[in-house]
Amino acid sequence: MPTADQTLDEILNLAASHFKVPRQKLSPDEDFFKALGIDSLQTLDLLTKLENHFHVELPDYELQGVTDFRTLAVKIQSRL
Amino acid sequence: MNHFQGQALSWELSNGVIELSLHRAPCNELGSLSLTELEKLSEALPTLESKAHALIVHSELQSGFCAGADLRELYTRSHEMEKSDAARGVRDFLQRIHAVFNRIDASPLTTIAAVHGVTFGGGFELALVCDLIIADKMARFCFPELRLGLIPGFGGIPRLKRDLGNAVVRDLLLTGRSFNATKAQQIGLVSQVVSEGEALRAARATAAQLGKFDRKTAIAAKQFIKPIPYEELRQEIDLFCRLFTEPAVEAGLKKFVESTDAQPYLP
Repeated sequence: MPTADQTLDEILNLAASHFKVPRQKLSPDEDFFKALGIDSLQTLDLLTKLENHFHVELPDYELQGVTDFRTLAVKIQSRL
Repeated sequence: MNHFQGQALSWELSNGVIELSLHRAPCNELGSLSLTELEKLSEALPTLESKAHALIVHSELQSGFCAGADLRELYTRSHEMEKSDAARGVRDFLQRIHAVFNRIDASPLTTIAAVHGVTFGGGFELALVCDLIIADKMARFCFPELRLGLIPGFGGIPRLKRDLGNAVVRDLLLTGRSFNATKAQQIGLVSQVVSEGEALRAARATAAQLGKFDRKTAIAAKQFIKPIPYEELRQEIDLFCRLFTEPAVEAGLKKFVESTDAQPYLP
């Protein structure tokens, strides 16, 4: 099982690659809506991408209020 | 009419396959315009069915297959009317869309929904009308209606009950959570999961294969294995219309329409 830091790093890499944002511009505690410039539909894309990558199922209601990569990583880590 | 170009959708018949393309931005929300054009398809079906063996439904928009009913139109129109007129208008809309969906459901054609991205609410219900659902791995399904104080109104519950176990239906309906294509295949909803952007290609390959079969046999098989739950569909309209008059619905619609939340689609 990956460590929490590894999970966070993979999330940042995936988000950067999927939304074509330079990886170095993303930081763990940043608001991912602003950093990635994404709307609600694209957020669902990110969720699907993460579920497919980590082979987890993440109910979207668990993500309500989650806006930064670090908290997102904690949510995913709890399902691994 | 082998070809139709509308504002919300278009269709084209070629090599025995009708391709119904949805293209109303932002994500093919189903409102009065889409319904009128779907009714044109319904009217054209008897002629098309004599020349075709398959129908593929897909979206041309990157955002997804279909985000469901046009809630902004529903909210705006119901606000312009007296409550009793709004309730009658909703019932009329539901009866019309049920007529189209039931017609496609019962069509002798083998029908395939090729879905990607958002496949929510009424969009999910449109996919459920089809005989097969082929999803790209970025497809996401959801029935978010309960957060509006409603139930799915375009035939979703009876068709889910027809296709899946009741425990799964309860999970999808009562939690309103969205789920991905892999999960949809695990529960038996989706027949094929393909790479990103490949759903339409896979649907075309499947439709080409179906064209090799004897049509009378294919029609007989479909009629034998795919009953239309007409009575439950009628009951669903009644329940939806009863719930629609409750104050929770107006509050839910208002919240959605006026939301500036970055996640309004998250139930």
